[in-house]
Amino acid sequence: MSASPLPSLAGIFAELSMLAVGGANALVPEMQRQVQAQGWMDPSEFAALFALAQAAPGPNMLVVTLVGWQVAGLPGALTATGAFVVPTGILTYVVAGVWQRFRAAAWRRVVQAGLTPVTVGLIMAAGVLLCRAAIDDGRKLVLVIAVTVTLLLTRLHPLWLLGAGAALGAAGLL
Amino acid sequence: MTDSATDTAPPPSLAVLFTGFLSVGLLGFGGVLPLARRMIVERRRWLSSAEFTDLLSLCQFLPGANIVNLSVALGGRWHGPVGSVAALAGLLAAPVVVVIALGAVYLRWRGVPVVAHGFAGLSAAASGLVLATAIRIAGPIRRRPRAVLVAAVSLAALALLRLPLLWVLLVLVPASIALNREDS
Repeated sequence: MSASPLPSLAGIFAELSMLAVGGANALVPEMQRQVQAQGWMDPSEFAALFALAQAAPGPNMLVVTLVGWQVAGLPGALTATGAFVVPTGILTYVVAGVWQRFRAAAWRRVVQAGLTPVTVGLIMAAGVLLCRAAIDDGRKLVLVIAVTVTLLLTRLHPLWLLGAGAALGAAGLL
Repeated sequence: MTDSATDTAPPPSLAVLFTGFLSVGLLGFGGVLPLARRMIVERRRWLSSAEFTDLLSLCQFLPGANIVNLSVALGGRWHGPVGSVAALAGLLAAPVVVVIALGAVYLRWRGVPVVAHGFAGLSAAASGLVLATAIRIAGPIRRRPRAVLVAAVSLAALALLRLPLLWVLLVLVPASIALNREDS
């Protein structure tokens, strides 16, 4: 119990990064499962941290930094972030050097065509799990549907919708 | 071969690489990719449009966050490992500080009803954001029954059965590649 959580943070996020085949959002289901299994936080806390990371500028992998910070303060934030970017960074560095050799290879397109449907399922699962954690009454359900539909039908910047959600909540309307 | 080298700028210095990605990280609300493309291709002309697309497709193909991989590949191309570190540090410095500050506010004041309700609304809106992204990227595969089947199985495995991602990927990725090879 008193053992430092830093090694598990490093291990979990290094492993997660190597599984990130469809961007950071595709990792949400697994990240939520892992932080719950470790006893670090419940799904609604995770959903709040994920929402914060969406509202901040920068890459949408920042939920990793926040989970690390929540678990073990600044050392945790730096450990989780480093573990998430360094292994895949090294891989990218090496592969980018030899990329020219197989840029046109047919197998790349075959692999990509196979990966896309899996990624779609992963991000759908992320949406479903985040909704399950965030929707606890009819009004939040209406808000989620309104945000989804607005984003699909308009070119409104997502930050406005995040701000509107936070404002409606703070005003006690949800 | 295109002679794209003629219309791109000379390689940036380490400091310019760092500040270029710093501006992307700082201003990239709701997705960094469009901003990164504008900085790299249009404003600073480090890469031609075709070179950018090629490098991005590599970064999407490799595991990890796409834009993180892109900064590493681009920095490394001109300045080796030091360049990769400069670009990556530039990209992450500001967002990490901002997100930790927001996190501190949340943890410090989440017991206050106004803050708690605000975050509840924010969480609901953010889950809508992810749903919209999922629906949008599902668009191109919806007329391919085998691809839809794979997407449905991976959704069920992750969201309903809560299976570990590693096992889902180990089983589904090879199966999906085999099932979808005619569509590539």
